[in-house]
Amino acid sequence: MLELLSYEFIQNAIMAGVLVSFASGIIGSLIVVNRMVFLAGGIAHTSYGGIGLAVYFGFPIFLGASLFAVGASLLIAFITINQKDKIDTFIGLIWAVGMAIGIIFIDLSTGYNVDLMSYLFGSILAVSLNDITYISILLTIIIFIVTFFYRQILAVSYDSEYANLRGINAKFFYTLILVLSALTVVIAIKVVGLILVIALLTIPIYIAEKLSSSLAFMMFISGVLSSLFTLIGLWLSYQYDLTSGATIIMVSALALSLFLPINAMMKN
Amino acid sequence: MSLIEIKKLSFAYGKDTVLENIDLEVRERDFLAIIGPNGGGKSTLLKLILGIISSKSDTIKIYNQKPMANLSDIGYVPQNTNINVNFPIKVIEVVMMGHIKGKKEREKSKNFFHRYFKIGYNEFEKSCALESLREVGMAEFADKKIGSLSGGQRQRVMIARALCAKTKILILDEPTASIDVSGQRQIYELLKFLNKSITIIVVSHDISVILGYANRVAHINKTLTFHDISNYQKEIKTDDKHFCEVEMLQMLGECKC
Repeated sequence: MLELLSYEFIQNAIMAGVLVSFASGIIGSLIVVNRMVFLAGGIAHTSYGGIGLAVYFGFPIFLGASLFAVGASLLIAFITINQKDKIDTFIGLIWAVGMAIGIIFIDLSTGYNVDLMSYLFGSILAVSLNDITYISILLTIIIFIVTFFYRQILAVSYDSEYANLRGINAKFFYTLILVLSALTVVIAIKVVGLILVIALLTIPIYIAEKLSSSLAFMMFISGVLSSLFTLIGLWLSYQYDLTSGATIIMVSALALSLFLPINAMMKN
Repeated sequence: MSLIEIKKLSFAYGKDTVLENIDLEVRERDFLAIIGPNGGGKSTLLKLILGIISSKSDTIKIYNQKPMANLSDIGYVPQNTNINVNFPIKVIEVVMMGHIKGKKEREKSKNFFHRYFKIGYNEFEKSCALESLREVGMAEFADKKIGSLSGGQRQRVMIARALCAKTKILILDEPTASIDVSGQRQIYELLKFLNKSITIIVVSHDISVILGYANRVAHINKTLTFHDISNYQKEIKTDDKHFCEVEMLQMLGECKC
């Protein structure tokens, strides 16, 4: 165990895992209470288009995916605000087109054979110090924004029509939540991959929601649970040589399946 | 003095005219009930008064200004208060949403974070929210999760939220739609009590209940007609549990409006 911790890539993985867990805990809470899980799923898959473009044009993949995901989230915000009854159709459309763009641009890229699997299922063991810096900066920005605008974000999430009547620009904060989701999704892709990103943004949060009586507390508990699942999953994936992203998700799912009956019994 | 003055208001969604030539004056300490069929334009009128939607012409004046100009004067209790029941939020936090961010209060605040970083709610806002909860008889529930309350209790919390900003006009959209009969009566008793100091506008289907409490009844079905019910009110004993709608229709039939 101690020997394991002496490897640099393991240290990086642990740091990245905890940082991403707290980012996804905070943003995942907002996504869940605003019922945007499907929207976040759309953004996650669309960001693959950014990965493809970044590979083709040769700029940093994190940056490419981030810009593309933010663009997609702005588009989704625009559509959901103006075309409420067609949200699911448009999300599906953006979802598919984004992935298609990614695959075509990676086809067109010559010489460099990108490991598609590492983006689909995550590559936490290949996290670099640069990645950790990027994740830290993003987490700081998220904490900063959520702290300063907690009051407005809470009001818009709970009852956006009423928030509007109290002079809060609900559309702006709705868009802000989506943009932050896009950035979080991109870093979560690094840890669990874009296929499984939604599980990280929902399972720990679902448990936390049941345990919390305030949004801030829910964010914190989500972060703690998420870190716990990530570290246990990481350890198991190392021990049994399994794909880390999938193992983390299975640990979370197992915890959820234990939690639900216990929670139901406690209530009765 | 008239608080709300509406003159010749018409409104259409696209080509569908919903409201036509509405004249309405709301005076101080009125208890106005707005009744009418579904799709008759009741909610549209409320939304226009609140400023959620706006008409092309400036025919609505609230304290002689446009809607939305005096946000803090109007408190609103929306129709569906069962939304987001599982939301992790405490009763007091819901009530504090009623506040409008005011600069003055922040500058006076003693709380370091609140004063210099503009984070969270200050002590004035908290005590004011508690005061509103006390008014509706829900102070002891301040730290409870909103989802743990009953429909009637939640409705009271929403009224407290609307009162929170020192409201002068309270507007309620179907406030008792999802509450049992005894809960409905309690809500109306509460409104009657609040009516001692503030003006109340209620959109409702509960014709039988509203008659015992409102001093004016407006019927909206594209156009607006007023029913002066003061004569009939004396005849109706409000402690009767039920006042049949057939009687109601008969009564309005006799009415000369």
